[in-house]
Amino acid sequence: MGRIVLNKVSKSFGETLVIPPLDLTIEDGDFTVFVGPSGCGKSTLLRMIAGLEELTSGDIEINDKDVTQVSPSKRGLAMVFQSYALYPHMTVRKNIGFPLRMQKMAPAEIDKRVENAAASLNLVDYLDRKPGQLSGGQRQRVAIGRAIVRDPLAFLFDEPLSNLDAALRVGMRLEINEMHARMKTTMIYVTHDQVEAMTMADKIVVLRAGLIEQIGSPLDLYHRPQNVFVAGFIGSPKMNIFSGPEAEKVNAHSIGIRPEHTEVSMTKGAWKGRVGVAEHLGSDTFIHVHDTGLADILTVRISGDISLKHGDKIFLSPQTDRIHKFDEEGLRIE
Amino acid sequence: MAIVAQSSKFSTFGRPVLAWAVGLLFFFPIFWLFLTSFKTDADAVKPEYLLFFTPTLENYLNMTQNYDYWRFATNSVVTSVFATVFTLVVGIPAAYAMAFNPSRGTKDILMWMLSTKMLPAAAVLYPMTFLTKGLGLFDTHFLIILVLSLINLPIVVWMLFTYFKEIPKDIIEAGKMDGVNTWGEIKEILIPLAWGGIASTALLCFIFCWNEAYWTVRLTTTDAATLSKLIEGNRAPEGLFFGRLSAVSTAAIGPIVVLGWFCQKQLVQGLTFGAVK
Repeated sequence: MGRIVLNKVSKSFGETLVIPPLDLTIEDGDFTVFVGPSGCGKSTLLRMIAGLEELTSGDIEINDKDVTQVSPSKRGLAMVFQSYALYPHMTVRKNIGFPLRMQKMAPAEIDKRVENAAASLNLVDYLDRKPGQLSGGQRQRVAIGRAIVRDPLAFLFDEPLSNLDAALRVGMRLEINEMHARMKTTMIYVTHDQVEAMTMADKIVVLRAGLIEQIGSPLDLYHRPQNVFVAGFIGSPKMNIFSGPEAEKVNAHSIGIRPEHTEVSMTKGAWKGRVGVAEHLGSDTFIHVHDTGLADILTVRISGDISLKHGDKIFLSPQTDRIHKFDEEGLRIE
Repeated sequence: MAIVAQSSKFSTFGRPVLAWAVGLLFFFPIFWLFLTSFKTDADAVKPEYLLFFTPTLENYLNMTQNYDYWRFATNSVVTSVFATVFTLVVGIPAAYAMAFNPSRGTKDILMWMLSTKMLPAAAVLYPMTFLTKGLGLFDTHFLIILVLSLINLPIVVWMLFTYFKEIPKDIIEAGKMDGVNTWGEIKEILIPLAWGGIASTALLCFIFCWNEAYWTVRLTTTDAATLSKLIEGNRAPEGLFFGRLSAVSTAAIGPIVVLGWFCQKQLVQGLTFGAVK
């Protein structure tokens, strides 16, 4: 069980300040996701917690103990890498047991723990294979097994699903979720994929250029984004955000409306436009609407199927209570 | 289509023929040397005996009886083996540090190391001779091992650095998370993963040590003299005795040719820095 506190931690590479001083507390047992566009410093932040990256300033506490100067292995954390980072010359059994062997644990105890981990990850049949003989999903399971056996204070995941194909990614996402529900161990998970963030997290930390834009539960971020960046980043398809007369009507610099909070009609509505591309997903349809005079393209999501042709005239009406208002600095207006 | 057909014809017939031609061209001097070693000194210089002659073991008997071939050979083995081991013991940690914990100066250090190979050896002949004599190291195994190690260290570090760079940094970091210390990283992860590269580097280093002649000839007299010195000694004073010289040379290059033959794959990998798949 681990509670992790970052106090004014910052990181510079040479002259470049990647992460300005930031404070963050990760509560014991929380599943926290760091999300943000690439280059926002989320992986660097994770590596700083792991001890793989030195801090330029500030300190890190785990369970109220200052670990800033403590080596990675002594922090009691386990990490799962995007590239799996398995030892290619060792069998699955040796890979999973490696951290225990380094702790000089008795071989019988190592075997027992490895067997248990393998059983919970469906890897029993592969214990004597080398990583090169496994599929991507199996490799990632081995990497997770190697993390589990150590019984760490917290798990650190660095984009662990990015190298997997879409179907496998959904499956592994569920497995990690279930693992968290079962073990209740603190987990910090880095991803650039907001769907992963939304589906997995207890708490999401949205980062941009090393700065925390907002911290909150997935639904907090969805319903009450604190600024334009978070509003645009969380949610798929993206929120429609535009400024102009429509925004001025509600005393805002810009307003945002999510695609799913807009009604569609062929006969009447607040805004008029022309259908561009309609993407049919079966369960939903995403309609890209042009010539509204509000933004280049407005995206609308309606559930079910609708038959629309390119160039059809269409009317849109936003659900007025779902409109997000932002000021000139892009901050939320209540 | 015509171009495709032509190029495949070349790769079926042309390429092997070309390879054989180049191979034979390079092999011929060694073959000639080998043949000459079984000729008398008189026959050796006569063109009509190039391929057909009455073979004799006279040169080899002379070499082992009068020149103590085995002492020179032992010295070559001892100095080459120890120099290779020493070079690796220093080179592996050095290359590891530069590959996985590079600093701002790493590139400069690598360039500086390589630049030492650009210095003509003759330029430091006098200082080296005086220094080694002054320190009482002249003609000792220790000196030859040290010199062979130092002249090969730059190339060994470069080669190892290149191999180590191919190992994903994540794997080393996973090791750090799993509780391995620096020595453990080298022993448990680096050496097993870079084993092929280390082996070919060691092999090349051994060959360079074995073939080194400039310093081994000049910094030894008898005690630490290697096979290079033996060849050298059979050269000038009594005129050119080709038969005898060829026997000594064959005996000197023999072990390394055999070693090279058995380790072709590793050598090619070493020389191309692993570019051959």
